[in-house]
Amino acid sequence: MSISTVLVANRGEIALRIVRACRELGLRSVAVYSDADAGAAHVRHADDAVHIGKSSATKSYLDADAVLDAARSSGADAVHPGYGFLSERAAFARAVTDAGLVWVGPPADVIERMGDKAAARAVASQAGVPVVPGSDELADVEDAVAAAARIGYPVLVKAAAGGGGRGIRPASSDDELRRVVVEAQREAASAFGSDVVYLERALAHPKHIEVQVLADTHGGVVHCFERDCSMQRRRQKVLEEAPAPGLDADVRTAMCEAAVALARETGYVGAGTVEFLLDGDGEHADRGEFFFIEMNTRIQVEHPVTELVTGLDLVALQLRVADGEALPMTQEEIGCRGAALEFRVNAEDPADDFLPSPGEVTALELPGGPGVRVDTALAAGDVIPPFYDSMVAKLCVWAPDREAALARGRRALAEYRVQGVPTTIPLHRRLLDDPTVIAGSYDIGFLEGFAM
Amino acid sequence: MASHMITARTPGVFYRRPTPDAEPYVADGATVAEGDTVGLIEVMKTYREVKADVAGTVSTWLVENEDEVTIGQDLLELET
Repeated sequence: MSISTVLVANRGEIALRIVRACRELGLRSVAVYSDADAGAAHVRHADDAVHIGKSSATKSYLDADAVLDAARSSGADAVHPGYGFLSERAAFARAVTDAGLVWVGPPADVIERMGDKAAARAVASQAGVPVVPGSDELADVEDAVAAAARIGYPVLVKAAAGGGGRGIRPASSDDELRRVVVEAQREAASAFGSDVVYLERALAHPKHIEVQVLADTHGGVVHCFERDCSMQRRRQKVLEEAPAPGLDADVRTAMCEAAVALARETGYVGAGTVEFLLDGDGEHADRGEFFFIEMNTRIQVEHPVTELVTGLDLVALQLRVADGEALPMTQEEIGCRGAALEFRVNAEDPADDFLPSPGEVTALELPGGPGVRVDTALAAGDVIPPFYDSMVAKLCVWAPDREAALARGRRALAEYRVQGVPTTIPLHRRLLDDPTVIAGSYDIGFLEGFAM
Repeated sequence: MASHMITARTPGVFYRRPTPDAEPYVADGATVAEGDTVGLIEVMKTYREVKADVAGTVSTWLVENEDEVTIGQDLLELET
């Protein structure tokens, strides 16, 4: 490879995951760390480490200048951003390449385009990929009523500058819409500094299905099949699986081809994810109608379930593609075998409204045995800091079929012991005994109504 | 005059303002009622309000905006 040293611009399990991929490829890895992470696993496992600031994320992992300085001072020739933090900041990607370093991800202008909702929708439409029926930005209330007549009720009123599920209000009639648009404009103005709103069709009981894509710098684009990420709480994914249970084979093919077309249209490079909503029981549900919602221009938390069913190493492929290598396999050579699930282990108390629970892990016993993979940077005696995301581990299981994977998941979760802080392990154990989860028919609203 | 200490219920990063551009929740010397919000603590990407557990007058801050705080740490002294 022409790159030799990779700066890992992240922390926790994903930083460790990248360090491991580097080691297997013969690349030197350099970790970065905040005050709180001085003794962390990603620092211990990397070949070198650079301190970049105080514990608060804005003063360390989100400090683009400090991270870039660390890359320069450590002699890195590439930067892998992981997920979260600086991974989808186009300005950071640009600064990395402007500094003469290799950015392990898509070009900055692709990050920019796919990060802008309207621009991403336009790219999807150009690629012939269906988007959720919606309106342009609304001039006034009567403009909204006219748009709703075209789209069909129920609709969602969304703030153009919103995100992460914020600034969204439903409406089911003209009268309700007139009231809701005014409220939404007022709320958007104060929350996002812009009162611009638009309409989208509200889908009934949709599933969140996403397709993993890989693209190289030679025009090669492939998909690595899909993941079902419908198990969400407040728009945060909780459990993911591959393949998506119950997905019609023709719909799967159409979705995967749409994802490849979109990646090709936008000039994608590296690993990315194209997210879709699959209409649950709307008018055309039997036709398996699906709609593009967004593209994530980075490696994702739940990439291991795809690795387990395809046998690919997505992080290693990111590094090889960033190095200029062509994808080493064709679409036909990528298979989907068996079934995999990922359980996110968060330091949160499911019995107390998912209260964040940082603190010392006094004892820890990880599950093992056939078909079990645990991606974590947490060890017994570690203190989980309050400054970052609450996810401390990903328990992944694989088995030849979904029923066996569920059984393996139950067995592995029963083996998993964490003492000192509450975690979401009890939630997962409950979920795996739920008939809707066993049937694989849960939608994105399922967990909101699930009582612990 | 008696005084009362408001302490951190959770570890994290302390903020005196609801957003970086906003005015502080309470000005120095202001009077607060029981239950009034006097600050925020960011813990694991969520925000938890720090509330006055008694009524009083804002007297002495023991922490700066954006300081890292530990559970039980003294934050604000009220004159009661």
